[in-house]
Amino acid sequence: MAEPSVVDYLHAPSKHRGPLSWILSTDHKRIGILYLVTMSFFFSVAVFLGFLLRLELLTPGKTIVDPQIYNELFTLHGMIMIFLFIIPGLPAVFGNFMLPILIGAKDVSFPRLNLLSWWLFLSGGILAVVSLFLPGGPVDTGWTFYIPYSVRTNTTVIPAMTAAFILGFSSILTGINFITTIHRMRAPGMSWFRMPLFVWSLYATGWIQILATPILGITLLLVIIERLFGVGIFDPSLGGDPVLYQHLFWIYSHPAVYIMILPGMGVVSEIIPVFARRTIFGYKFIAFSSIAIAFFGSLVWAHHMFTVGMSDTGQFIFSLLTFLVSIPSAIKIFNWVATMYKGSIALEVPLLYVLAFIVQFSIGGFTGMMLGALSINIHVQDTAFVVGHFHYVMFGGAGFAAIAAIHYWFPKMFGKMYNKRQAIIGWALLTFGFQVLYFPMFVMGYKGMPRRYYDYLPQFQIYHQISTVGSWIVVLGLLIVLHNLITALRKGERAEMNPWGGVTLEWTVPSPPPVENFVTVPTVTTGAYDYSRYEKKA
Amino acid sequence: MAETQDALLIAGGDHVHRDDVGIKLGMWLFLFTELILFGGLFLVYAVYRYLHPQEFHLAAQELDALVGTINTILLLTSSLTVAMSITAIREGRKWLSIALVLVTIILALAFLGNKYFEWAHKFEHGIYPRSPLLLEMPPGEILYFGLYFVMTGIHALHVIIGMVVLGFSVRFLWTGVITEHSYVRLEAGALYWHLVDIIWIFLFPLFYLLH
Repeated sequence: MAEPSVVDYLHAPSKHRGPLSWILSTDHKRIGILYLVTMSFFFSVAVFLGFLLRLELLTPGKTIVDPQIYNELFTLHGMIMIFLFIIPGLPAVFGNFMLPILIGAKDVSFPRLNLLSWWLFLSGGILAVVSLFLPGGPVDTGWTFYIPYSVRTNTTVIPAMTAAFILGFSSILTGINFITTIHRMRAPGMSWFRMPLFVWSLYATGWIQILATPILGITLLLVIIERLFGVGIFDPSLGGDPVLYQHLFWIYSHPAVYIMILPGMGVVSEIIPVFARRTIFGYKFIAFSSIAIAFFGSLVWAHHMFTVGMSDTGQFIFSLLTFLVSIPSAIKIFNWVATMYKGSIALEVPLLYVLAFIVQFSIGGFTGMMLGALSINIHVQDTAFVVGHFHYVMFGGAGFAAIAAIHYWFPKMFGKMYNKRQAIIGWALLTFGFQVLYFPMFVMGYKGMPRRYYDYLPQFQIYHQISTVGSWIVVLGLLIVLHNLITALRKGERAEMNPWGGVTLEWTVPSPPPVENFVTVPTVTTGAYDYSRYEKKA
Repeated sequence: MAETQDALLIAGGDHVHRDDVGIKLGMWLFLFTELILFGGLFLVYAVYRYLHPQEFHLAAQELDALVGTINTILLLTSSLTVAMSITAIREGRKWLSIALVLVTIILALAFLGNKYFEWAHKFEHGIYPRSPLLLEMPPGEILYFGLYFVMTGIHALHVIIGMVVLGFSVRFLWTGVITEHSYVRLEAGALYWHLVDIIWIFLFPLFYLLH
């Protein structure tokens, strides 16, 4: 139980009043909650846009909106989901809240910079929303902003790109902050190989954020300059090369998918040992595989561009490297499953989400290998198959990991426990609806249904209909999850200090944690998941 | 005692924690991002130079190597003065340190002035993006001048940002935030200035000397 003299971060006195005590707070935990709230808002908007997209595709031709609106819908759905939810998602919310606690620190290295990151994030988000209402109308290029259309369209490309630029800056500052924190702020005894694996994944993510994001920055800047001054860098009539834009874009945007998935893998590595009551299997392999994914993931970008007409040698090398990335990912999967083997498994909500993650991520991973193979790639390039693959790894992987993380750390963050029965119902609907929504995309994509098309041939309708029904189930599941968590905030039961029986440092502090996290700075003497110690105590 | 306890509990208060090595580490990481930002531009330059070697060669003769050399000397000297300002504050010579940072800013202004006249000169000759004269040139030369304006322009933007950073350093020196015992902020500002310098060191030969 919390000692009465220690004030938790939710009720701490502040020099500011009301909302100001939140939006001007440099406490990493409050900043984490700020991100959680703003991000949940953007996520809900993007889910709603996705819901409309699926509804439009229920019948061939017009169902609810015109083609132009449809183009705007899929662009915004992608832009918001990627730049405002899934790239910042896990690091900004759970990284901010948990990283310092997990390594026994009082805060991150640069608390004020951390607050600036959130403000930049908010400004970018607001700019993205404002751009919808500016003359010209919402951007309709797809989230990839491909040249030459992004220079020719009259929609509000510049504000949208500026928003993405600002969001990238926010992401870079968070990465710098986390890496410095991990290097400089670890508690006594917290050696590199005693760090929880979530911290390792944040470390790898931080490096990708720092090394890849600037390329996106300069690419967006160049397109903005093209639109304003027509310099000609990507304009073939002036000697420029539009394919060069695609290279620059994917040099960032492929590593970016590892920014999205690595922290999710970190969360899975946290949850499995706790609910299997076992020390994690192959700690060093999981830790190094994060670094390996970050490294190899930076060298595979051109597999998005196998059809642009690059040399056979180039195609061969990028295909080979793509296959190599799957090795560290598979190492993680095998180690997670091996950890559960002969464990004392408690099928609590966070573990259920993790199990769904493992299955869905594996399906997403295998279809990713298919896409990495040149022969299949040419066949299914730009079809619904790619959309299915992407959603299996990003929503079925990173998205489910985020929902697992909120169910795992919710009692710690807010000191309240949610209704577990309702949470399981939400999980069941979400997982079932997910397969109904995305699996048909593999089938119709393989049969030739292109992505981003407004209209389609009658033979694809049955798949579109199944998929749209799936989207309804997913939305219902999400609503139940959201309702359950909000109800728990208001009148949930008081959570104990350690409801799951975890052995990492966050479970040694009261729920919710006090302002400076630890009353006395802990000294670490064992590895992160030492369940032998736990069993002896019990 | 009770007061310090309260101070510790205030959410949003600055956490009293000094880590000079950490600040420099963070600064270096930030410099990496700046280098990679320009790395993207160098990549574009490399690709187009490879595709149009002859035209890049010809277009580069239009630039005045003397102007570029003067600017290189200005920036290199400014890096020297900002480095000297750190040595000065280490020895506790506050006013000398302020003077040296101010000299750095003046050199930066001279650099920008020179750049301004150089650009204006090009404009007068009808060389600017989408100018009729430029559009008649072969693609390689259009790209060369396009990249010249974009890359030196973005670099000039960084010179201005660097001057703002140095301006804050002067203020901190003045108000005693930066002292002989705590000068990591000045070091961080100087690191940024060296970055601005080193990027120019690469821009200079790529645009002015390779012909």
